Amino acid sequence: MEDLSDLYQEIILSHNKRPRNSDPLDPSTGQADGNNPLCGDKLTVHVRNTESLLEAVSCDTDGCAISRASGSIMTTMVEGKLITEVERLIEETKLLLTGEDEPEVDLVQQGDMAALIGVRKFPARIKCATLAWHALEAALRGNDEASTE
Amino acid sequence: MKDEETIRSEFPILDKEVNGKSLVYFDNAATTQKPKAVINRISNFLSEENANIHRGVHHLSMNATKAYDEARSCVAKFINAESDNEIIFVRGATEAINLVANSFGKNLLDTGDEILVTEMEHHANIVPWQLIANKTGAKVIPIAITDDGEIDLKDFEAKINERTKMAAFVHVSNALGTVNPAKEMIHKLKSKNIPVLLDGAQAVGHQAVNVQELGCDFYVFSSHKLFGPDGMGVLYGKHNLLSKMPPYQGGGDMIEVVSFEGTTFREPPERFEAGTPNISGAVGLKEAINYVNELGWENIEKIESSLLNYATEKLSSIPSLKIIGKAKRKVPVLSFTMESAHPHDVATILDSKGIAVRAGHHCAQPLMKRLGVSATTRASMSFYNKVDEIDQLDEALKYVSKIFGD
Repeated sequence: MEDLSDLYQEIILSHNKRPRNSDPLDPSTGQADGNNPLCGDKLTVHVRNTESLLEAVSCDTDGCAISRASGSIMTTMVEGKLITEVERLIEETKLLLTGEDEPEVDLVQQGDMAALIGVRKFPARIKCATLAWHALEAALRGNDEASTE
Repeated sequence: MKDEETIRSEFPILDKEVNGKSLVYFDNAATTQKPKAVINRISNFLSEENANIHRGVHHLSMNATKAYDEARSCVAKFINAESDNEIIFVRGATEAINLVANSFGKNLLDTGDEILVTEMEHHANIVPWQLIANKTGAKVIPIAITDDGEIDLKDFEAKINERTKMAAFVHVSNALGTVNPAKEMIHKLKSKNIPVLLDGAQAVGHQAVNVQELGCDFYVFSSHKLFGPDGMGVLYGKHNLLSKMPPYQGGGDMIEVVSFEGTTFREPPERFEAGTPNISGAVGLKEAINYVNELGWENIEKIESSLLNYATEKLSSIPSLKIIGKAKRKVPVLSFTMESAHPHDVATILDSKGIAVRAGHHCAQPLMKRLGVSATTRASMSFYNKVDEIDQLDEALKYVSKIFGD
Protein backbone atom coordinates (compact mmCIF):
# COMPACT_ATOMS: atom_id res chain seq x y z
CA MET A 1 0.00 0.00 0.00
CA GLU A 2 1.28 3.40 -0.90
CA ASP A 3 1.62 5.83 1.93
CA LEU A 4 -1.75 7.29 2.88
CA SER A 5 -0.15 10.66 3.52
CA ASP A 6 0.36 10.91 -0.27
CA LEU A 7 -3.40 10.85 -0.60
CA TYR A 8 -4.68 12.73 2.41
CA GLN A 9 -2.38 15.76 2.38
CA GLU A 10 -3.19 18.86 4.37
CA ILE A 11 -4.24 20.73 1.21
CA ILE A 12 -6.75 18.03 0.32
CA LEU A 13 -8.17 17.82 3.83
CA SER A 14 -8.51 21.59 3.94
CA HIS A 15 -10.36 21.79 0.61
CA ASN A 16 -12.54 18.87 1.75
CA LYS A 17 -13.47 20.60 4.96
CA ARG A 18 -14.09 24.02 3.39
CA PRO A 19 -14.62 23.63 -0.34
CA ARG A 20 -14.10 26.95 -2.20
CA ASN A 21 -16.80 28.21 -4.55
CA SER A 22 -19.29 25.52 -3.54
CA ASP A 23 -22.41 27.72 -3.57
CA PRO A 24 -24.15 27.17 -6.90
CA LEU A 25 -23.45 30.12 -9.18
CA ASP A 26 -26.46 32.30 -9.90
CA PRO A 27 -26.91 33.51 -12.58
CA SER A 28 -24.97 31.03 -14.70
CA THR A 29 -24.64 30.39 -18.41
CA GLY A 30 -24.16 26.66 -18.17
CA GLN A 31 -24.12 23.75 -15.77
CA ALA A 32 -23.35 20.05 -15.76
CA ASP A 33 -23.79 17.22 -13.28
CA GLY A 34 -21.00 14.78 -12.67
CA ASN A 35 -21.99 11.27 -11.61
CA ASN A 36 -19.87 8.31 -10.69
CA PRO A 37 -22.43 5.51 -11.00
CA LEU A 38 -20.12 2.99 -9.35
CA CYS A 39 -19.77 4.78 -6.05
CA GLY A 40 -22.56 7.36 -6.13
CA ASP A 41 -20.42 10.51 -6.02
CA LYS A 42 -22.43 13.44 -7.34
CA LEU A 43 -21.49 17.02 -8.12
CA THR A 44 -22.76 19.99 -10.08
CA VAL A 45 -20.54 22.49 -11.86
CA HIS A 46 -21.99 25.89 -12.78
CA VAL A 47 -20.18 28.22 -15.16
CA ARG A 48 -20.70 31.84 -16.20
CA ASN A 49 -18.74 32.50 -19.36
CA THR A 50 -18.56 34.54 -22.51
CA GLU A 51 -17.19 33.10 -25.73
CA SER A 52 -13.66 33.77 -24.61
CA LEU A 53 -13.70 34.13 -20.81
CA LEU A 54 -14.73 31.94 -17.86
CA GLU A 55 -15.88 34.67 -15.51
CA ALA A 56 -17.01 32.50 -12.61
CA VAL A 57 -17.41 28.85 -11.68
CA SER A 58 -18.84 26.84 -8.80
CA CYS A 59 -18.65 23.17 -7.87
CA ASP A 60 -21.04 21.63 -5.35
CA THR A 61 -19.99 18.08 -4.44
CA ASP A 62 -21.68 15.29 -2.52
CA GLY A 63 -18.84 12.83 -2.34
CA CYS A 64 -15.54 11.80 -0.84
CA ALA A 65 -12.63 14.01 0.21
CA ILE A 66 -10.84 13.45 -3.09
CA SER A 67 -13.77 14.49 -5.27
CA ARG A 68 -14.62 17.48 -3.05
CA ALA A 69 -11.02 18.69 -2.92
CA SER A 70 -10.49 18.21 -6.64
CA GLY A 71 -13.63 20.22 -7.46
CA SER A 72 -12.70 22.93 -5.02
CA ILE A 73 -9.13 23.22 -6.30
CA MET A 74 -10.43 23.24 -9.86
CA THR A 75 -12.64 26.28 -9.25
CA THR A 76 -9.72 28.25 -7.79
CA MET A 77 -7.57 27.39 -10.79
CA VAL A 78 -9.93 28.17 -13.66
CA GLU A 79 -11.92 31.16 -12.45
CA GLY A 80 -11.24 34.31 -14.48
CA LYS A 81 -9.19 32.43 -17.07
CA LEU A 82 -9.54 32.58 -20.86
CA ILE A 83 -11.53 29.62 -22.21
CA THR A 84 -8.51 28.49 -24.24
CA GLU A 85 -6.47 28.49 -21.03
CA VAL A 86 -9.21 26.55 -19.16
CA GLU A 87 -9.28 23.94 -21.92
CA ARG A 88 -5.52 23.58 -21.67
CA LEU A 89 -5.79 23.15 -17.87
CA ILE A 90 -8.45 20.46 -18.28
CA GLU A 91 -6.21 18.49 -20.63
CA GLU A 92 -3.15 18.95 -18.41
CA THR A 93 -5.06 17.79 -15.35
CA LYS A 94 -6.32 14.68 -17.08
CA LEU A 95 -2.75 13.90 -18.07
CA LEU A 96 -1.55 14.67 -14.57
CA LEU A 97 -4.02 12.20 -13.02
CA THR A 98 -4.30 9.50 -15.66
CA GLY A 99 -1.38 9.93 -18.10
CA GLU A 100 0.96 6.99 -18.57
CA ASP A 101 4.07 8.88 -17.48
CA GLU A 102 4.60 9.75 -13.86
CA PRO A 103 4.36 13.56 -13.77
CA GLU A 104 6.94 15.85 -12.22
CA VAL A 105 5.60 18.00 -9.43
CA ASP A 106 5.60 21.59 -10.63
CA LEU A 107 3.89 23.81 -8.08
CA VAL A 108 3.94 26.88 -10.33
CA GLN A 109 2.20 25.10 -13.18
CA GLN A 110 0.01 22.74 -11.20
CA GLY A 111 -0.83 24.79 -8.13
CA ASP A 112 -2.86 22.90 -5.51
CA MET A 113 -3.63 20.17 -8.07
CA ALA A 114 -0.09 18.92 -7.38
CA ALA A 115 -1.51 17.62 -4.10
CA LEU A 116 -3.77 15.29 -6.07
CA ILE A 117 -0.91 13.57 -7.90
CA GLY A 118 -0.84 11.10 -4.99
CA VAL A 119 -4.18 9.72 -6.16
CA ARG A 120 -2.36 8.05 -9.07
CA LYS A 121 -1.15 5.44 -6.60
CA PHE A 122 -4.74 4.57 -5.65
CA PRO A 123 -6.32 3.35 -8.90
CA ALA A 124 -9.76 2.90 -7.30
CA ARG A 125 -9.82 6.60 -6.50
CA ILE A 126 -8.60 8.29 -9.70
CA LYS A 127 -12.13 8.78 -11.00
CA CYS A 128 -12.99 10.66 -7.80
CA ALA A 129 -10.33 13.21 -8.77
CA THR A 130 -11.27 13.55 -12.45
CA LEU A 131 -15.04 13.84 -12.00
CA ALA A 132 -15.23 17.62 -11.46
CA TRP A 133 -12.98 18.26 -14.45
CA HIS A 134 -15.15 16.13 -16.71
CA ALA A 135 -18.20 18.07 -15.50
CA LEU A 136 -16.48 21.41 -16.15
CA GLU A 137 -15.66 20.29 -19.68
CA ALA A 138 -19.29 19.23 -20.20
CA ALA A 139 -20.65 22.52 -18.82
CA LEU A 140 -18.46 24.54 -21.19
CA ARG A 141 -19.52 22.41 -24.15
CA GLY A 142 -23.20 22.81 -23.30
CA ASN A 143 -23.70 19.19 -22.21
CA ASP A 144 -25.62 18.78 -18.98
CA GLU A 145 -24.07 15.59 -17.74
CA ALA A 146 -20.68 13.96 -17.34
CA SER A 147 -20.07 10.46 -16.14
CA THR A 148 -16.93 8.60 -15.20
CA GLU A 149 -18.22 5.49 -16.96
CA MET B 1 -17.62 -28.20 16.93
CA LYS B 2 -14.51 -27.02 15.08
CA ASP B 3 -12.47 -24.32 16.82
CA GLU B 4 -11.82 -20.88 15.32
CA GLU B 5 -8.34 -21.77 14.12
CA THR B 6 -9.52 -24.91 12.32
CA ILE B 7 -12.32 -23.04 10.57
CA ARG B 8 -9.96 -20.28 9.45
CA SER B 9 -7.38 -22.76 8.21
CA GLU B 10 -10.02 -24.18 5.88
CA PHE B 11 -10.24 -20.85 3.99
CA PRO B 12 -6.87 -20.39 2.26
CA ILE B 13 -7.38 -16.70 1.41
CA LEU B 14 -7.66 -15.72 5.08
CA ASP B 15 -3.90 -16.32 5.36
CA LYS B 16 -3.18 -13.67 2.80
CA GLU B 17 -1.42 -10.39 3.43
CA VAL B 18 -2.81 -7.19 1.92
CA ASN B 19 -0.75 -4.01 1.92
CA GLY B 20 1.71 -5.67 4.27
CA LYS B 21 -1.00 -6.49 6.82
CA SER B 22 -2.93 -9.69 7.51
CA LEU B 23 -6.13 -9.59 5.52
CA VAL B 24 -9.24 -8.75 7.52
CA TYR B 25 -12.08 -9.71 5.21
CA PHE B 26 -15.22 -7.79 6.14
CA ASP B 27 -16.84 -7.76 2.71
CA ASN B 28 -18.81 -10.96 3.02
CA ALA B 29 -22.09 -9.39 1.92
CA ALA B 30 -20.44 -8.72 -1.45
CA THR B 31 -19.08 -12.24 -1.73
CA THR B 32 -18.00 -14.91 0.72
CA GLN B 33 -14.66 -16.67 0.66
CA LYS B 34 -14.38 -20.29 -0.41
CA PRO B 35 -13.28 -23.22 1.73
CA LYS B 36 -10.55 -25.54 0.43
CA ALA B 37 -13.15 -28.28 0.06
CA VAL B 38 -15.04 -26.24 -2.56
CA ILE B 39 -11.88 -25.15 -4.39
CA ASN B 40 -10.59 -28.73 -4.50
CA ARG B 41 -13.93 -30.16 -5.58
CA ILE B 42 -14.16 -27.79 -8.56
CA SER B 43 -10.53 -28.40 -9.43
CA ASN B 44 -11.02 -32.19 -9.27
CA PHE B 45 -14.17 -32.03 -11.33
CA LEU B 46 -12.38 -30.08 -14.05
CA SER B 47 -9.26 -32.29 -13.92
CA GLU B 48 -10.91 -35.69 -13.64
CA GLU B 49 -14.63 -35.61 -14.37
CA ASN B 50 -15.37 -32.85 -16.88
CA ALA B 51 -17.91 -33.62 -19.63
CA ASN B 52 -21.16 -32.14 -20.90
CA ILE B 53 -24.34 -33.43 -19.34
CA HIS B 54 -27.66 -34.93 -20.46
CA ARG B 55 -26.52 -35.82 -23.97
CA GLY B 56 -23.66 -38.23 -23.83
CA VAL B 57 -23.73 -42.00 -23.56
CA HIS B 58 -20.09 -42.12 -22.61
CA HIS B 59 -18.82 -42.73 -19.13
CA LEU B 60 -17.70 -39.19 -18.26
CA SER B 61 -20.91 -37.60 -19.51
CA MET B 62 -23.08 -39.98 -17.52
CA ASN B 63 -21.07 -39.32 -14.37
CA ALA B 64 -21.16 -35.54 -14.91
CA THR B 65 -24.94 -35.75 -15.38
CA LYS B 66 -25.18 -37.67 -12.15
CA ALA B 67 -23.05 -35.09 -10.31
CA TYR B 68 -25.20 -32.24 -11.68
CA ASP B 69 -28.45 -33.96 -10.70
CA GLU B 70 -27.07 -34.72 -7.25
CA ALA B 71 -26.28 -31.03 -6.82
CA ARG B 72 -29.92 -30.26 -7.59
CA SER B 73 -31.10 -32.78 -4.98
CA CYS B 74 -28.66 -31.35 -2.48
CA VAL B 75 -30.02 -27.81 -2.99
CA ALA B 76 -33.62 -29.06 -2.78
CA LYS B 77 -32.87 -30.69 0.54
CA PHE B 78 -30.90 -27.67 1.76
CA ILE B 79 -33.90 -25.31 1.46
CA ASN B 80 -36.47 -28.08 2.01
CA ALA B 81 -38.16 -27.91 -1.39
CA GLU B 82 -40.85 -30.51 -1.97
CA SER B 83 -39.12 -31.94 -5.03
CA ASP B 84 -35.88 -31.62 -7.00
CA ASN B 85 -37.90 -30.35 -9.98
CA GLU B 86 -38.55 -27.13 -8.10
CA ILE B 87 -34.84 -26.20 -8.25
CA ILE B 88 -33.67 -24.32 -11.35
CA PHE B 89 -30.00 -23.54 -11.79
CA VAL B 90 -29.29 -20.01 -13.01
CA ARG B 91 -26.35 -17.59 -13.01
CA GLY B 92 -27.29 -15.94 -9.74
CA ALA B 93 -30.07 -14.30 -7.75
CA THR B 94 -30.31 -11.48 -10.32
CA GLU B 95 -30.99 -13.86 -13.19
CA ALA B 96 -33.49 -15.78 -11.06
CA ILE B 97 -35.51 -12.60 -10.38
CA ASN B 98 -35.38 -11.63 -14.06
CA LEU B 99 -36.59 -15.11 -14.97
CA VAL B 100 -39.59 -14.85 -12.64
CA ALA B 101 -40.39 -11.27 -13.66
CA ASN B 102 -40.39 -12.23 -17.35
CA SER B 103 -41.73 -15.74 -17.37
CA PHE B 104 -44.23 -15.42 -14.52
CA GLY B 105 -44.82 -11.68 -14.16
CA LYS B 106 -45.40 -10.81 -17.80
CA ASN B 107 -48.48 -13.08 -18.16
CA LEU B 108 -49.77 -12.23 -14.71
CA LEU B 109 -49.63 -8.44 -14.79
CA ASP B 110 -51.89 -5.96 -16.49
CA THR B 111 -52.42 -2.19 -16.61
CA GLY B 112 -52.95 -0.76 -13.13
CA ASP B 113 -51.76 -3.89 -11.30
CA GLU B 114 -49.34 -3.40 -8.45
CA ILE B 115 -46.08 -5.14 -7.61
CA LEU B 116 -45.11 -4.73 -3.96
CA VAL B 117 -41.45 -4.37 -3.04
CA THR B 118 -39.83 -2.61 -0.07
CA GLU B 119 -37.68 0.49 0.29
CA MET B 120 -34.75 -1.71 1.34
CA GLU B 121 -34.48 -3.72 -1.89
CA HIS B 122 -31.27 -4.31 -3.79
CA HIS B 123 -31.50 -2.92 -7.33
CA ALA B 124 -31.74 -6.55 -8.51
CA ASN B 125 -35.20 -6.76 -6.94
CA ILE B 126 -36.37 -3.38 -8.25
CA VAL B 127 -35.20 -3.02 -11.83
CA PRO B 128 -36.50 -6.36 -13.25
CA TRP B 129 -39.96 -5.44 -11.89
CA GLN B 130 -39.75 -1.92 -13.34
CA LEU B 131 -38.88 -3.39 -16.74
CA ILE B 132 -41.91 -5.70 -16.58
CA ALA B 133 -44.08 -2.88 -15.23
CA ASN B 134 -43.11 -0.77 -18.27
CA LYS B 135 -44.14 -3.57 -20.60
CA THR B 136 -47.42 -4.45 -18.86
CA GLY B 137 -48.60 -1.11 -17.47
CA ALA B 138 -48.27 -2.37 -13.90
CA LYS B 139 -46.73 -0.25 -11.12
CA VAL B 140 -43.96 -0.97 -8.62
CA ILE B 141 -45.08 0.07 -5.13
CA PRO B 142 -42.50 0.36 -2.34
CA ILE B 143 -43.41 -0.56 1.24
CA ALA B 144 -41.98 1.99 3.71
CA ILE B 145 -39.30 1.15 6.25
CA THR B 146 -38.71 2.62 9.70
CA ASP B 147 -35.73 4.77 10.70
CA ASP B 148 -34.22 1.69 12.35
CA GLY B 149 -34.26 -0.10 9.01
CA GLU B 150 -37.16 -2.49 9.60
CA ILE B 151 -40.15 -2.97 7.33
CA ASP B 152 -43.04 -0.77 8.48
CA LEU B 153 -45.62 -3.51 8.95
CA LYS B 154 -48.49 -1.04 9.16
CA ASP B 155 -47.54 0.37 5.79
CA PHE B 156 -47.13 -3.17 4.48
CA GLU B 157 -50.73 -4.00 5.41
CA ALA B 158 -51.96 -0.67 4.08
CA LYS B 159 -50.30 -1.19 0.69
CA ILE B 160 -52.01 -4.54 0.05
CA ASN B 161 -55.16 -4.08 -1.99
CA GLU B 162 -57.15 -5.70 -4.79
CA ARG B 163 -54.67 -4.37 -7.37
CA THR B 164 -51.72 -6.11 -5.68
CA LYS B 165 -50.80 -8.96 -8.02
CA MET B 166 -47.24 -9.76 -6.99
CA ALA B 167 -44.93 -9.20 -4.01
CA ALA B 168 -41.14 -9.47 -4.09
CA PHE B 169 -38.99 -8.56 -1.13
CA VAL B 170 -35.69 -9.20 0.50
CA HIS B 171 -35.29 -11.87 3.20
CA VAL B 172 -32.19 -10.19 4.66
CA SER B 173 -31.10 -6.66 3.68
CA ASN B 174 -27.67 -6.46 2.02
CA ALA B 175 -27.07 -2.87 3.13
CA LEU B 176 -28.42 -3.01 6.69
CA GLY B 177 -28.38 -6.66 7.72
CA THR B 178 -32.05 -6.54 8.74
CA VAL B 179 -33.73 -9.96 8.90
CA ASN B 180 -37.31 -9.39 7.75
CA PRO B 181 -40.31 -11.19 9.28
CA ALA B 182 -40.70 -13.04 5.98
CA LYS B 183 -42.92 -15.87 7.21
CA GLU B 184 -45.50 -13.53 8.73
CA MET B 185 -45.49 -11.28 5.68
CA ILE B 186 -45.82 -14.21 3.28
CA HIS B 187 -48.69 -15.60 5.34
CA LYS B 188 -50.52 -12.30 5.04
CA LEU B 189 -49.91 -12.08 1.28
CA LYS B 190 -50.88 -15.68 0.63
CA SER B 191 -54.16 -15.19 2.52
CA LYS B 192 -54.98 -12.76 -0.30
CA ASN B 193 -53.65 -15.17 -2.95
CA ILE B 194 -50.78 -12.85 -3.87
CA PRO B 195 -47.73 -14.68 -5.26
CA VAL B 196 -44.50 -13.96 -3.35
CA LEU B 197 -40.87 -13.99 -4.38
CA LEU B 198 -38.33 -13.86 -1.57
CA ASP B 199 -34.79 -12.61 -2.37
CA GLY B 200 -32.58 -14.80 -0.21
CA ALA B 201 -29.20 -13.65 -1.55
CA GLN B 202 -28.08 -12.36 1.86
CA ALA B 203 -29.95 -14.92 3.95
CA VAL B 204 -28.54 -18.27 2.80
CA GLY B 205 -25.04 -17.68 4.18
CA HIS B 206 -26.27 -16.87 7.66
CA GLN B 207 -29.27 -19.02 8.56
CA ALA B 208 -31.22 -22.14 7.68
CA VAL B 209 -33.84 -21.58 4.99
CA ASN B 210 -36.99 -23.68 4.78
CA VAL B 211 -39.07 -22.65 1.77
CA GLN B 212 -42.07 -24.79 2.71
CA GLU B 213 -42.21 -23.32 6.17
CA LEU B 214 -41.79 -19.79 4.76
CA GLY B 215 -44.57 -20.49 2.28
CA CYS B 216 -43.11 -18.38 -0.54
CA ASP B 217 -43.79 -19.19 -4.20
CA PHE B 218 -40.28 -18.32 -5.35
CA TYR B 219 -36.96 -18.11 -3.50
CA VAL B 220 -33.73 -16.96 -5.12
CA PHE B 221 -30.08 -16.96 -4.09
CA SER B 222 -26.51 -16.90 -5.43
CA SER B 223 -23.96 -19.60 -4.74
CA HIS B 224 -21.09 -17.12 -4.25
CA LYS B 225 -22.70 -15.69 -1.12
CA LEU B 226 -22.90 -19.22 0.27
CA PHE B 227 -19.16 -20.02 0.10
CA GLY B 228 -19.63 -21.54 -3.38
CA PRO B 229 -18.46 -20.42 -6.83
CA ASP B 230 -19.75 -17.34 -8.65
CA GLY B 231 -21.78 -17.46 -11.84
CA MET B 232 -24.07 -19.98 -10.17
CA GLY B 233 -27.41 -19.45 -8.53
CA VAL B 234 -30.72 -20.99 -7.66
CA LEU B 235 -34.34 -20.29 -8.38
CA TYR B 236 -36.78 -22.25 -6.28
CA GLY B 237 -40.34 -22.18 -7.56
CA LYS B 238 -43.45 -24.10 -6.57
CA HIS B 239 -43.97 -26.83 -9.11
CA ASN B 240 -47.56 -25.92 -9.96
CA LEU B 241 -46.38 -22.40 -10.94
CA LEU B 242 -43.22 -23.44 -12.78
CA SER B 243 -45.09 -26.03 -14.83
CA LYS B 244 -47.38 -23.31 -16.22
CA MET B 245 -44.62 -20.79 -16.96
CA PRO B 246 -43.29 -20.33 -20.52
CA PRO B 247 -39.54 -20.67 -21.17
CA TYR B 248 -37.30 -17.72 -20.32
CA GLN B 249 -34.61 -18.49 -22.86
CA GLY B 250 -34.62 -20.88 -25.81
CA GLY B 251 -31.90 -23.30 -26.78
CA GLY B 252 -30.61 -26.80 -26.33
CA ASP B 253 -31.60 -29.05 -23.45
CA MET B 254 -34.93 -27.30 -22.78
CA ILE B 255 -36.88 -28.82 -25.70
CA GLU B 256 -38.80 -32.01 -26.38
CA VAL B 257 -39.15 -31.79 -30.17
CA VAL B 258 -37.93 -29.00 -32.42
CA SER B 259 -39.31 -28.46 -35.90
CA PHE B 260 -39.87 -25.39 -38.04
CA GLU B 261 -43.59 -25.94 -37.62
CA GLY B 262 -43.28 -25.61 -33.86
CA THR B 263 -41.32 -26.69 -30.82
CA THR B 264 -42.42 -28.33 -27.59
CA PHE B 265 -40.69 -27.75 -24.30
CA ARG B 266 -39.60 -30.00 -21.49
CA GLU B 267 -41.02 -29.87 -18.01
CA PRO B 268 -39.28 -27.81 -15.31
CA PRO B 269 -36.51 -27.59 -14.32
CA GLU B 270 -35.03 -28.36 -17.79
CA ARG B 271 -37.48 -25.95 -19.49
CA PHE B 272 -35.67 -23.06 -17.79
CA GLU B 273 -32.10 -24.27 -18.31
CA ALA B 274 -31.37 -23.59 -21.97
CA GLY B 275 -27.86 -24.42 -23.14
CA THR B 276 -24.99 -26.03 -21.29
CA PRO B 277 -25.32 -25.02 -17.66
CA ASN B 278 -22.61 -24.18 -15.14
CA ILE B 279 -21.81 -27.81 -14.32
CA SER B 280 -18.69 -27.23 -12.25
CA GLY B 281 -20.59 -24.43 -10.50
CA ALA B 282 -23.35 -26.82 -9.47
CA VAL B 283 -20.81 -29.34 -8.23
CA GLY B 284 -19.02 -26.60 -6.28
CA LEU B 285 -22.27 -25.32 -4.78
CA LYS B 286 -23.07 -28.80 -3.54
CA GLU B 287 -19.71 -28.96 -1.80
CA ALA B 288 -20.32 -25.55 -0.20
CA ILE B 289 -23.67 -26.75 1.12
CA ASN B 290 -22.00 -29.86 2.53
CA TYR B 291 -19.50 -27.57 4.24
CA VAL B 292 -22.07 -25.41 6.02
CA ASN B 293 -24.20 -28.44 6.88
CA GLU B 294 -21.20 -30.02 8.53
CA LEU B 295 -20.45 -26.86 10.49
CA GLY B 296 -24.12 -26.60 11.46
CA TRP B 297 -26.43 -23.59 11.50
CA GLU B 298 -26.64 -23.55 15.26
CA ASN B 299 -22.87 -23.11 15.50
CA ILE B 300 -22.77 -20.56 12.70
CA GLU B 301 -25.52 -18.44 14.23
CA LYS B 302 -23.86 -18.59 17.64
CA ILE B 303 -20.52 -17.34 16.28
CA GLU B 304 -22.14 -14.67 14.12
CA SER B 305 -24.41 -13.27 16.80
CA SER B 306 -21.48 -12.86 19.19
CA LEU B 307 -19.47 -11.14 16.42
CA LEU B 308 -22.39 -8.82 15.68
CA ASN B 309 -22.89 -7.93 19.35
CA TYR B 310 -19.21 -7.29 19.92
CA ALA B 311 -18.82 -5.19 16.76
CA THR B 312 -21.96 -3.18 17.49
CA GLU B 313 -20.71 -2.40 20.99
CA LYS B 314 -17.20 -1.47 19.80
CA LEU B 315 -18.32 0.76 16.93
CA SER B 316 -21.04 2.42 18.99
CA SER B 317 -18.33 3.73 21.31
CA ILE B 318 -16.69 5.76 18.52
CA PRO B 319 -18.23 9.24 18.93
CA SER B 320 -18.00 10.32 15.29
CA LEU B 321 -19.54 7.07 14.01
CA LYS B 322 -23.22 6.45 13.41
CA ILE B 323 -24.53 2.94 12.80
CA ILE B 324 -27.14 2.84 10.02
CA GLY B 325 -29.68 0.07 10.51
CA LYS B 326 -30.62 -0.92 14.04
CA ALA B 327 -33.16 -3.66 13.43
CA LYS B 328 -33.88 -6.02 16.29
CA ARG B 329 -33.02 -9.03 14.13
CA LYS B 330 -29.84 -8.71 12.10
CA VAL B 331 -27.14 -10.79 10.46
CA PRO B 332 -23.57 -9.58 11.23
CA VAL B 333 -23.62 -6.58 8.89
CA LEU B 334 -22.71 -3.12 10.15
CA SER B 335 -23.37 -0.15 7.92
CA PHE B 336 -22.18 3.20 9.23
CA THR B 337 -21.31 6.78 8.43
CA MET B 338 -18.67 9.01 10.03
CA GLU B 339 -18.94 12.71 10.74
CA SER B 340 -16.20 14.10 8.47
CA ALA B 341 -14.89 11.13 6.54
CA HIS B 342 -16.81 10.01 3.49
CA PRO B 343 -17.30 6.21 3.14
CA HIS B 344 -14.86 6.03 0.21
CA ASP B 345 -12.17 7.70 2.25
CA VAL B 346 -12.92 5.38 5.16
CA ALA B 347 -12.64 2.34 2.88
CA THR B 348 -9.33 3.51 1.38
CA ILE B 349 -7.84 4.09 4.82
CA LEU B 350 -9.12 0.73 6.12
CA ASP B 351 -7.64 -0.94 3.03
CA SER B 352 -4.25 0.52 3.94
CA LYS B 353 -4.60 -1.47 7.18
CA GLY B 354 -5.51 -4.66 5.30
CA ILE B 355 -9.22 -4.37 6.13
CA ALA B 356 -11.61 -5.02 3.24
CA VAL B 357 -15.00 -3.29 3.52
CA ARG B 358 -17.49 -1.97 1.01
CA ALA B 359 -18.28 1.71 0.57
CA GLY B 360 -21.05 3.23 -1.50
CA HIS B 361 -24.76 2.84 -2.04
CA HIS B 362 -24.67 -0.98 -1.96
CA CYS B 363 -26.89 -1.19 -5.06
CA ALA B 364 -29.71 0.21 -2.93
CA GLN B 365 -30.03 3.85 -3.97
CA PRO B 366 -33.70 4.19 -2.93
CA LEU B 367 -32.75 2.91 0.53
CA MET B 368 -29.91 5.43 0.83
CA LYS B 369 -32.30 8.20 -0.17
CA ARG B 370 -34.87 7.03 2.39
CA LEU B 371 -32.23 7.05 5.14
CA GLY B 372 -30.93 10.46 4.08
CA VAL B 373 -27.38 9.34 3.32
CA SER B 374 -25.58 9.21 -0.02
CA ALA B 375 -23.42 6.26 0.93
CA THR B 376 -22.31 4.16 3.88
CA THR B 377 -19.32 2.06 4.82
CA ARG B 378 -20.32 -1.55 5.36
CA ALA B 379 -18.44 -4.14 7.39
CA SER B 380 -20.07 -7.51 6.79
CA MET B 381 -18.89 -10.54 8.70
CA SER B 382 -19.07 -14.29 8.48
CA PHE B 383 -18.45 -17.18 10.86
CA TYR B 384 -14.72 -17.25 9.96
CA ASN B 385 -14.16 -13.72 11.23
CA LYS B 386 -12.84 -13.19 14.73
CA VAL B 387 -13.05 -10.74 17.60
CA ASP B 388 -9.41 -9.63 17.09
CA GLU B 389 -10.35 -8.44 13.63
CA ILE B 390 -13.12 -6.28 15.05
CA ASP B 391 -10.54 -4.74 17.39
CA GLN B 392 -8.37 -3.99 14.36
CA LEU B 393 -11.34 -2.36 12.63
CA ASP B 394 -11.99 -0.30 15.74
CA GLU B 395 -8.37 0.86 15.86
CA ALA B 396 -8.37 1.70 12.15
CA LEU B 397 -11.59 3.70 12.46
CA LYS B 398 -10.05 5.72 15.26
CA TYR B 399 -7.17 6.44 12.89
CA VAL B 400 -9.69 7.63 10.27
CA SER B 401 -11.15 10.01 12.84
CA LYS B 402 -7.67 11.31 13.57
CA ILE B 403 -6.86 12.01 9.91
CA PHE B 404 -10.16 13.76 9.34
CA GLY B 405 -10.05 15.62 12.65
CA ASP B 406 -13.36 14.30 14.04
